Amino acid sequence: MARSVTTQHKTIATIAAWIVALLIFFPILYTIITSFKSEQEAIQGFNLIPSGTFESYIEVQAQSGYFKFFLNSVLLSVGSTILALLVAIPAAWSMAFAPTKRTKDILMWMLSTKMMPAVAVLFPIYLIFRNLGLLDSRIGLMIMLMLINLPIVVWMLYTYFREIPGEILEAARMDGASLWNEIIYVLTPMAVPGIASTMLLNIILAWNEAFWTIRLTTTEAAPLTAFISSFSSPQGLFWAKLSAASTLAIAPILIMGWFSQKQLVRGLTFGAVK
Amino acid sequence: MATQQTRSLARFMMAPSVVLLLVWMVVPLALTLWFSFQQYNPLNPIRDGFVGFSNYALFYSNPAFLQSILNTLTLVVSVLLITVIGGILLALLIDQPMWGQGIVRILVISPFFVMPPVAALVWKNMIMHPQYGVFADIARFFDAQPIDWFGQHPMLAIVIIVAWQWLPFATLILLTALQSLDGEQKEAAEMDGAGFVSRFIYLTLPHMSRAITVVILIQTIFLLSVYAEILVTTNGGPGYASTNLPFLVYQKALLEFKIGQASAGGIIAVILANIVAFFAMRAVGKNLDK
Repeated sequence: MARSVTTQHKTIATIAAWIVALLIFFPILYTIITSFKSEQEAIQGFNLIPSGTFESYIEVQAQSGYFKFFLNSVLLSVGSTILALLVAIPAAWSMAFAPTKRTKDILMWMLSTKMMPAVAVLFPIYLIFRNLGLLDSRIGLMIMLMLINLPIVVWMLYTYFREIPGEILEAARMDGASLWNEIIYVLTPMAVPGIASTMLLNIILAWNEAFWTIRLTTTEAAPLTAFISSFSSPQGLFWAKLSAASTLAIAPILIMGWFSQKQLVRGLTFGAVK
Repeated sequence: MATQQTRSLARFMMAPSVVLLLVWMVVPLALTLWFSFQQYNPLNPIRDGFVGFSNYALFYSNPAFLQSILNTLTLVVSVLLITVIGGILLALLIDQPMWGQGIVRILVISPFFVMPPVAALVWKNMIMHPQYGVFADIARFFDAQPIDWFGQHPMLAIVIIVAWQWLPFATLILLTALQSLDGEQKEAAEMDGAGFVSRFIYLTLPHMSRAITVVILIQTIFLLSVYAEILVTTNGGPGYASTNLPFLVYQKALLEFKIGQASAGGIIAVILANIVAFFAMRAVGKNLDK
């Protein structure tokens, strides 16, 4: 008796959840489907079965050199993440293992920089970038992305490092390990999973950043966010091409995101929800 | 003993992060503040100079200003309502025993990873387009007149798009909180004869309150500065119907080159964000102590 109720309950829950999930996922699914249609097919009304042509993908590359923007997205997101890690790892390490009275204040202050609205400093940054010749340069944008994500990186690393038991360090010190050896042989192996998670989340955030990447670039350093935005003024039939460009732009990060659900929760809530 | 050495080393290791963030925060903001009291036009530099508060007065008296504040608040409040209520319901649903839970989770979380310009353009062209969109197809199927979303209801359309982007985030956070709820407590409540509703109100909701707070605060930070979604769909229009504060500041600065007014607007945006940040920091700070 109880068992049949459970099965019935499970069936209803399954059906309801799948319907809702498919509805939420639908815009992405339909974009992927449309990317395999020809431009004529794409505007002929609702149709879930594409003819399976790759012509939109080839067109997007041929017309606009799609690969260059893709490469910029990879360089900017990975580059800014590595820069941020280089700066943040020592800071997070010292805050986790040698905390002082002010550690908490510093962490809170770092978080508060994240709350400054980007538009408020749009013109000064634009001016500084122009005068330093950094407009539309990859290195300038890399520094920019590093700065806006640095608080999250420090925070995430800090919450991971704090979980490494201090006794292990003491034991190593008792055995005569120098500070340097302690970092290389004891801490680093234990910290690698946390660093990897942080890296993953930060690449996602940098890849999808759509204010500075659009405003500080024109052609040379423009990543996919800027390229896709150029589709905002349509010219002729572009539904299938927009879909192909969009599919390529979101696919790598979507797959990375699926693997980083837990880290995402932790990183974006600053350790408040685990 | 080694503590003195450790302490100075710790300070040395923290210096790069602190200095970078300090420079990043102080220099541009100081420049914005300075520009907000200046007449500064890169195209017409003859009349440049100190003008007191007149930039603020001009920015306030601009009819677009009130509209943009209203739009900003509409966007933040509506998206929060949709995502928090929808997120709680979705989290409760996904938390039920079912087949294929892992895939359901993946499908639901996906929109969060879609970059804002893609999300907005896909909705604009594939879903809401008055001629070729899926909504238009559905309307035609029922012999109804397709809606011109961005012409007639631009704010509603943007709210829908932004809510679609953030519903997965709320759901994921709330689901994580829900799954950490002690199973035994739930069972005990069930044994005592507590129905689903009273279990939800007296057990589940209090347990999720911290996660709900975090969702509201973090989303508010991001929702206050929605930009790309507006840029690629309505470009703030028709008129100023879908212009929010960030978009107005952008228009003043980079399209009209009214740097003084844009800076005054930027300072207003900072004040607005600070009011929100004040509450955000208190909540996150409290969680840090636990």
